Amino acid sequence: MSTAQEKPETPYNFAYLDEQTKRMIRRAILKAVAIPGYQVPFASREMPMPYGWGTGGVQVTASLIGPDDVLKVIDQGADDTTNAVSIRSFFAKVAGVKTTTHTKEASLIQTRHRVPEMPLSENQILVYQVPIPEPLRFLEPRETETRLMHALEEYGLMHVKLYEDIARHGHIATTYAYPVKVEGRYVMDPSPIPKFDNPKLTNSPALQLFGAGREKRIYALPPYTRVESLDFEDHPFRVQEFSEPCGLCGASGVYLDEVILDDHGGRMFVCSDTDHCEGRREAGHRGHLAGAMGAPGAEAAE
Amino acid sequence: MSAPIDPGEAPLLSVERLTRFYGERLGCRDVSFDLYPGEVLAVVGESGSGKTTLLNCLAARMKLSSGAVRYRMRDGEMRDLAALGEAERRFLMRTDWGFVHQNPADGLRMNVSAGANVGERLMAIGERNYGEIRGSAHDWLSRVEVPTDRIDDSPRAFSGGMRQRLQIARNLVTAPRLVFMDEPTGGLDVSVQARLLDLIRALVAELRMAALVVTHDLAVARLLSHRIMVMKEGRVVEEGLTDRVLDDPQRPYTQLLVSSILQV
Ligand SMILES: [Zn+2]
Repeated sequence: MSTAQEKPETPYNFAYLDEQTKRMIRRAILKAVAIPGYQVPFASREMPMPYGWGTGGVQVTASLIGPDDVLKVIDQGADDTTNAVSIRSFFAKVAGVKTTTHTKEASLIQTRHRVPEMPLSENQILVYQVPIPEPLRFLEPRETETRLMHALEEYGLMHVKLYEDIARHGHIATTYAYPVKVEGRYVMDPSPIPKFDNPKLTNSPALQLFGAGREKRIYALPPYTRVESLDFEDHPFRVQEFSEPCGLCGASGVYLDEVILDDHGGRMFVCSDTDHCEGRREAGHRGHLAGAMGAPGAEAAE
Repeated sequence: MSAPIDPGEAPLLSVERLTRFYGERLGCRDVSFDLYPGEVLAVVGESGSGKTTLLNCLAARMKLSSGAVRYRMRDGEMRDLAALGEAERRFLMRTDWGFVHQNPADGLRMNVSAGANVGERLMAIGERNYGEIRGSAHDWLSRVEVPTDRIDDSPRAFSGGMRQRLQIARNLVTAPRLVFMDEPTGGLDVSVQARLLDLIRALVAELRMAALVVTHDLAVARLLSHRIMVMKEGRVVEEGLTDRVLDDPQRPYTQLLVSSILQV
């Protein structure tokens, strides 16, 4: 965690934001930690990247990061996408911090749309990039009304949305940004992670912070917070199940992405968490398609 | 219609000198009455008579300038509505009260199915069994004569009369003790109106709900209400049992109203 920083060698203040802005964001974070799941407004700053690139997450990271932190950035589970690479190099440049792709080495992990497969520890902070923080917006576009609904715990509308899912599809078809209730009080959007990751949110030893830049909101799950996915008694919450293990590392019980291999319908399922997959392959695990041509990450495993 | 009032029973709603100004302009003034469980009161008057202001004040949708509205809660306690907290007021509105708008689109969620519209109040008070919610929605659609195979259709695909019946079902699913209705048959064809009025009358009697119906249409008042209150320029000019007021109006204004409308 950063305190007042020594004079940086770059033309930027340490971690880009000025100290006053960082203090303002930290105050918002403290309030968010004190009221788990509650959306705290903050004065979101312009960042040298477009909205949609995770400016909310970047500001949270910038206000927390210190010179001794080790930063990992993932986008849909991968460390090597343009978005992840550019945010990582941004902090390498403006804060001079060490970066990593290994979950276990990171003290601070900024993520878009995934929770790492490896269980996190008390020494880690997970920062989510959030596009739309308000879970009630689907049915109630008026901000004044949604705030009141949170204040009064009027969450019937969330179940109206799930009811519609079941009426239309026979089951709850929401597969990502699946709404949760935090400590039996606030309903929260966990950001567009797959619902597969929802069970990782509850009782996590790591601090989880959520930053929405365009919408100017921060919310949090302190360590060991109870997080429940909304459901009906006769349609209980269930995570996605995959019919086959990862083609590269043979892992099951992890979230898989479908990869198209050729124009003839060839496809394979591979770990969405590339670090997890690589770690398993380094440890000698092999999937049934480990030698397949053009498989992403196959070279990196060698 | 004779009112099904138990003489020993306490009023459900008690209104004392309700007054509302909009700045200098009068909305309504010194309106006092009691409404008993199972009783239907019609408030009639022309546009500008103050009847809509009165409705909004009674239903806690608007603050009073002076006076008081008290309501007997389910636990039997008489509470001043102005002293209710926001959470209590909203809870009351979605459980023990109903509000039927003239335009069904104002009272429905047009972007979710008919079934979800009926089920919403149940979910809002904590019902968490999909099968039971759907069963109630099914039951209520049939009670208001909406074909049950339309349960998953959007209200946008419904006719005006069907939307209004859906709005009624959505309100009645929690068995409210008091329903406010604002020109419930306004804007509908005459034949559709007649069928809807029969339905409302039957449901109100069957569920023994109290209702406060605001209308400019004396035919609606005659068909639905036990008692009638005639308003003009913000004040009540005559009130009494519906048949008495309509058959033997005492005040010149009521006489004018009755003669001009019933002759149509
Ligand atoms: Zn794998």
